Amino acid sequence: MMRNRSPWLIGALLLPLVLNGCGIIDAFDGDQAVRVYSGRHYDLEEAFEEYATETGIDVEFLYGGDAELRERLRTEGEDTLADVFITADAANLQLAADEELLQPMDSAIVSGLPDNMVHPDQLWVGLSKRVRTIMYHPDRVDPSELSTYEDLTDPKWKGRLCMRNSNNVYTQSLVASLIHHHGYDAALEIVDGWVANDTEILSNDIVILETIAAGGCDVGITNHYYLARLLEDDPDFPVEPFWANQDQQGVHVNISGAGVTADADNPDLAVDLIEWLATDGQESFVYGNNEYPVNPDVAGPPLVREWGTFLEDPLNAAEFASLNADAIRLMNEAGYD
Amino acid sequence: MALIVTPIVIVGLGAFSPSADVWRQLWEGPLPEMLWTTVALLVLVGGGTIVLGTALAWLTTAFDFPGRRWFTWALMLPLAMPAYILGFVFLALFDFAGPVQTAMRSIFGTNVWFPDVTSVGGVAIVMSLSLYPYVYILARAAMREQAPATYEAARMLGDSRRAALLRVVLPMARPSLAAGSALVMMETLTDFATVQYFNVQTVSVGIYQVWRGMFDRETAVELAALVLLIALIVIGVERLLRGPARFHQRGAPRDIERVALFGWRKALAIGACWAVLGAAILVPIAQLLYWLLTSPAVVTDLSRGLEYLSNSLGLAVAAAIAAMFFALLAAGGARFSGRTLVRRAAHLVTVGYAVPGPVVAIGVLVMIGWVTSGAGSNPAGLVVASLTGLVYAYVVRFMALAYGSVDASLEKITPATVDAAHTLGANPSRVMRQVYFPMAGAGAAAGAVLVAIDVLKELPIVLLVRPFGFTTASVWVWELASESRWAAAAIPALLIVLTAMVPIAFYLRRERLSRGSAVALETRLTTAGRS
Repeated sequence: MMRNRSPWLIGALLLPLVLNGCGIIDAFDGDQAVRVYSGRHYDLEEAFEEYATETGIDVEFLYGGDAELRERLRTEGEDTLADVFITADAANLQLAADEELLQPMDSAIVSGLPDNMVHPDQLWVGLSKRVRTIMYHPDRVDPSELSTYEDLTDPKWKGRLCMRNSNNVYTQSLVASLIHHHGYDAALEIVDGWVANDTEILSNDIVILETIAAGGCDVGITNHYYLARLLEDDPDFPVEPFWANQDQQGVHVNISGAGVTADADNPDLAVDLIEWLATDGQESFVYGNNEYPVNPDVAGPPLVREWGTFLEDPLNAAEFASLNADAIRLMNEAGYD
Repeated sequence: MALIVTPIVIVGLGAFSPSADVWRQLWEGPLPEMLWTTVALLVLVGGGTIVLGTALAWLTTAFDFPGRRWFTWALMLPLAMPAYILGFVFLALFDFAGPVQTAMRSIFGTNVWFPDVTSVGGVAIVMSLSLYPYVYILARAAMREQAPATYEAARMLGDSRRAALLRVVLPMARPSLAAGSALVMMETLTDFATVQYFNVQTVSVGIYQVWRGMFDRETAVELAALVLLIALIVIGVERLLRGPARFHQRGAPRDIERVALFGWRKALAIGACWAVLGAAILVPIAQLLYWLLTSPAVVTDLSRGLEYLSNSLGLAVAAAIAAMFFALLAAGGARFSGRTLVRRAAHLVTVGYAVPGPVVAIGVLVMIGWVTSGAGSNPAGLVVASLTGLVYAYVVRFMALAYGSVDASLEKITPATVDAAHTLGANPSRVMRQVYFPMAGAGAAAGAVLVAIDVLKELPIVLLVRPFGFTTASVWVWELASESRWAAAAIPALLIVLTAMVPIAFYLRRERLSRGSAVALETRLTTAGRS
C-alpha cells in the first residue's frame, strides 16, 4: 500500500520546488530590475519596495553573510547576476574593493557625502553609521567615571566588564581602529588590560546589554542600535550609552554600505539605487534599525536623536578595514576570546 | 565517485601551498587550544550520546513500563531539533539574564554560584541532547535484530540480566554504537553555529575566523583539511572498534523478552524518559511558543512562511532521493566488485560528511561556474544550475548518511543467503533485484529520512549556493538569529522542528510495516529459486 502511494507523495513534495523554480525564472523575464547581494537584511525589503514604487524598477535581492556573498561574487566572476553588493560592515566592502569585485561609481551625490564615509575611488559608500560605544548601568556607574575605551584597562573595572567575542567583526573593527591610533604594541597593551580585568566575553550585543541590566556586569561595549531596540520594547530598560573618547579622536563608527559590482549587468541602475539609498531612501534604510544616516541632511531616527550629538572618529573605514587581520592576530595574542 | 569528491578537491587544491607564516602564528597562538577544545568536545558529545542513546535503547527494549511503546518512538523526535535552535533556547533560559539564574538570584541572593553555561560543557549538553537519537536508533536496531537469541542463551546459562547486557548485548551492538557515535562526532566536528553561540573555539570556528576575519582563504582551507584529518582519525577509531566482527541477521528482528518494572524502578524509568524528552524537545518548543505568543509584531505574513517551508521540503526530498540513488550505486558497486580499489573508492564518497559546509559550497559554486560559463548570464539557466547545484552539494555533504544506512543493511545479508540464491539458480541480476534491493530498501528509507532531516536543518550551503528569490526555513531562522532577534526566529524555528518530525513519523510507519520483511525475504528467495 505504502509503496503505491509513495511516488505521488514524493511528487507532491517536489512540485513546489519546481513551481518555485519556474516562478523565479519567470520573474527574470519581467521589466527592468536591479539585483542586490546583501549582507544586511533587517527591514531592507521595505526600502526596496519603496524604491520600486517610486521608480518602477524592481529590486531583487539575495541575503547572506557578508563574507559568504563576497566569496560568491568572486567565484561567479563575470557571470554574476548581482549589480549591487551591500554589507553590514566596512571590512568586507573594503576587501571586495581590494579583490577588484567593485567598480567606481562616479556619482556627484556620493562625492557630496562626508569623506570618511566614501572609498577614495568611490568603489563603495557608507549608507548608515553604527556607533560602537560604552554602555553602563546608571545605578552602579556614574558616567563621570567613564572616559575612553583605553580607560577600561584601569583596575577599578576589574570583574565589571562585558564585551563581545573576537569572532565578531564589530569587535575586530574597534580593535583595528585602536591599532591605527596607537600602533600594534600599544593596542596590544590595551586589549591585554581588558583581559587582565577579567572581562566577560559574550557572543552577542543583546546578551551583553541584558547582562548589564540584570547585574552581571556594570559596563560593556556594544553597537548603539541594540540598546535602541531594547528601549523600543521596554522604555525603562536600565542601560545608558556613554560616548567614548570625546576628548580624543571620538567614538568608533562602523558603516553599513554598498558598492557596484565589477561585472554588473546594469551598472547605471545600480548607481541609481545606491544614490537613492543615500538620499531619499536614507530614512527607510536607517530608521527601522535605529542607525545614524550618513547623509548630513537627513535627521536620525527619533529614539537615537534624544541621545544628542557627539564627536565621531573621522577614520575612513578603509583604514581600519585594512587592519582587520592584524586585529584578530592581536586578540589571539592577548588571549581575548 | 569522482563526481562526489570533486568539489572538495577543488577547494583542497588551494591547500598545497601552506603559508608558513600564518601557520606559525596559529601554532603559537590559538590553534593548540582550539585543537584541545575540539577533542574535548568530541569526547564529551561522543560519550554523552553513547550513554544516553544506549541506556534509552536498552530501557525501551528490555523493560516494560507504562508508556514504553510511546517513548520508543518519541525518543527519536529530538532528531528534529537542530542543535543551533536548542542552543539559543538553552542560552536564553540559563544565561545570566535568563529566568533560571534570575530566579536563583532572587531566592539565594546575588552571589549565588551557577556553572558557566557558555562553555564546552554547555555545548556538549546541547549537542548530546540533539544528536543522541543517531546512537539510540542504531543501538535499538542492533538490540532487536542481533541480540535476542544470544541474550536469551546467556540468560539460560545463568548470567544475570546485567551480566548478559555487558557480556553479550553491548559487544554485539558495538559496531552500531561505533557507527552512531561516529556520525555524531562528524556533526559535532563540522558544527560552527552552535559553538559560536557558546563562544567555544573549535577548529571549525577557527576556519571561519581565518577566512572571514583574516581574509585568508588558503589557510582556512588548510584548517579544513585539519578538520578532515580529525574526522579520518575518528573513522579509523570507529573501524578499529568495529573490529573484524561481523554480525549477520538471524531470524526476524524482535524484542527480547521484556521485564516489567515496578515501584521506584518504574518511576525512575518513566522519569528518565520524560527528562530527556523534556530537555531535548518539550521545553525548547514551549519556550519557542512563549516567544511566539508574547513578543509583539512577530507574525509576519504566513504565505511567505509557507513558501519558504515548501522550498525546504522540496529541497529535502530531492536531496534525499538523489543521495539514495548514488548510495545504492556506490554500495552495490562496492559489494559486487571484488576489487579492493573499488571498495576503497566507495568509502571515499562518504568523506563529504567530514567537510564543513562552506568548503563544499564554494567547491560547488566553482563547478556551477564551469557549467554555466558557456551560457553567458542567462538567468533561467543559472536558476536551474544553482538549484541543481544545491541538491548536488547536499549529496556530497550527506552521502555518508545514505551510504552508511544502505551499506549496513546490505551487510546484514548473510553470504549464505546469497549462496542459496545462486545455488537455486538465480543469476546475479536476479539476486540483485530480489535479494539486495528489498534488503537495501529498509536501509535506504532510514538513510533518506536522515538526509532529508539534515537538509531541512542545513544552513551554510543553502545560504551560499541558492539562487535569487529562493529562501528556505533555515535561511529565515538565520536572517533573524544573526540579528539577535530570537523571539522573531521562533516561527521559522518551530516550522523546521515540526516539519522535520514528519519524515521521522514516516520512517516509523515504515519500520512497523517492514517487521515482516525477513519473512517476505524468505518467500522471495524461494520464488527466485523456483522460477
